Amino acid sequence: MKVFKLIFKNALRHKLRTTLTVFGIAIAVIAFGLLRTVVTAWYVGIEASQADRLITRHSVSFIFPLPYSYLEKIKKIPEVENVSFFNWFGGIYKDKNQFFARFAADANTVFDMYPEYVLSKEELNNFTNERNSCVIGRDIARQYNLKIGDPMVLEGDIYPGRWEFVIRGIYQPKFNYTDATSMIFHWDYLNERMLQDAPPRANEVGWYVVRINDPKNSAVVSNKIDALFKNSPAETKTETERAFQQGFIASSSAIIEGMNVISFIIVGIIMLVLGNTMIMAARERTREYAVLKTLGYSGAHLVGLIMGESLFISALGGGIGLLLTFPIVAFFEKVIPKGFFPIFRIEPITVILALSAILIIGIISSLFPVQRAVRTKIVEGLRFVG
Amino acid sequence: MAELIEIQNVSKSYWRDSFEIPVLNNINLTVHEGDFLALMGPSGSGKTTLLNLIAGIDRPSQGSIIVNGTDISTLGESALAKWRSSNVGFVFQFYNLIPVLTAFENVELPLLLTKLSKAERRSHVENVLSVVGLGDRMHHYPKQLSGGQEQRVAIARAIVTDPLILVADEPTGDLDKNSADEILTLMERLNSEFKKTILIVTHDPHAASRARKVNHLEKGDLIKEPQ
Repeated sequence: MKVFKLIFKNALRHKLRTTLTVFGIAIAVIAFGLLRTVVTAWYVGIEASQADRLITRHSVSFIFPLPYSYLEKIKKIPEVENVSFFNWFGGIYKDKNQFFARFAADANTVFDMYPEYVLSKEELNNFTNERNSCVIGRDIARQYNLKIGDPMVLEGDIYPGRWEFVIRGIYQPKFNYTDATSMIFHWDYLNERMLQDAPPRANEVGWYVVRINDPKNSAVVSNKIDALFKNSPAETKTETERAFQQGFIASSSAIIEGMNVISFIIVGIIMLVLGNTMIMAARERTREYAVLKTLGYSGAHLVGLIMGESLFISALGGGIGLLLTFPIVAFFEKVIPKGFFPIFRIEPITVILALSAILIIGIISSLFPVQRAVRTKIVEGLRFVG
Repeated sequence: MAELIEIQNVSKSYWRDSFEIPVLNNINLTVHEGDFLALMGPSGSGKTTLLNLIAGIDRPSQGSIIVNGTDISTLGESALAKWRSSNVGFVFQFYNLIPVLTAFENVELPLLLTKLSKAERRSHVENVLSVVGLGDRMHHYPKQLSGGQEQRVAIARAIVTDPLILVADEPTGDLDKNSADEILTLMERLNSEFKKTILIVTHDPHAASRARKVNHLEKGDLIKEPQ
């Protein structure tokens, strides 16, 4: 007979109570895991930012375009190695609820600027040489069962009309945090059509992406770029890609922070649930603890028994919850439109936080019953009638 | 026989709110090795308190209790717990077995605090369960045993570490006459055959008559009566 066996048997004395507690902990851990996954998914763009990339956008807002003519001026800055540019296209593919990012980009520089979007040489050549071609991310290809050579038709909203493309490449994400849900096509294709259909909107760029020779120069180069266009009709704001991403999600930060806080409130609720179970269990066993003390068991032994039981229940419920979180997150990843959360998976930090929470909950929930059991005098414990 | 327990000028009071309630008044008592002593007295006379003090599960307000040369009233909590585990076996009126453990596992509990191997523990437990006549009930849970059998498991648990003293608080108080006789016979056997020093607290004159000595307590005072 081992002490672990006694802990196990104690935990299962009231099977219904323990089952409900384990069930409650499991649900709470699933909720915690899901909320944390949403939070980490929201910040994945920041994780993917590169230190040597700067973003130059309109100083007023990201939604105002910049002149195409800025390109050559930015290129002339000595610390600048390469410049690419993008327009947010928007549009509808098949169904307006099927959202994913669609960009018009400089076909000659975009994949050099973003090496984390891995494309074969052949695909890159085919894309570069064909005006109406596009490249899509691996996840979009999987979701819509698209392959190279397939047509892709978008209904424009920001740029009205029917837009026909041919898929000439499917890029693979280099890292697990790389977005694989974008569609990229030729900015020239967009611009030609604007020249014809809406000349005032031609030769406009949404934002420039600037690669610099050394991340340490980011502040200097940012200032140089912005100084170039000071007092022009389209002043610029240049910042690191990370700062740009942070600014991009800042509008939603209150909601995300709220979710973050709720995820930790859930931990507190689990603590109360398990704490209540442990208090009831320890109270019912007051006399038994007194008997154990009479037999020579010390306070440390009782701490081990009660805390062990609390940790056992916490680990059981938490473990079940954590294991179930993986398929549940995988399910959500499938049903949520790709564009909302390009990367929606349980990050290691979520697992670490959940495991830490399980451990902390197990310990803290047992503190009060432990203190009570240790402090109760043997003679009082023996007289206890539960 | 040598003196095993020396109780010198022991007094004990409890506090209820701001009122001091004296329970034992200046008790002096000597118990010799191999004694079988019964403490009798009406409810509230202090007999259970005296037993608890001797067993080291309560502390005197005044005086000293020396057991086999150790003044247990000066020991700290953990030292006292260690001392109890090797020197005292306690039998309760309501058995106080752990309901989720079998008879074997209940008896093994005190041995888990020792350095004995698993095989040695098994041997000890099987031996004492045979002594109390429950060799065939080792794997029964308390709820599967009768009251008398539960009390015998409790006695086996009390003696499995081969303690110096066996203390029993109303060991037959919850049993029918036949079961009570069986328990008292077992205690007599432990005293005569295994040379255990036994102290019991009882209301029952029949139970007290099986002891070699009887001491009476009244309102916290000890009235010694030679047998």
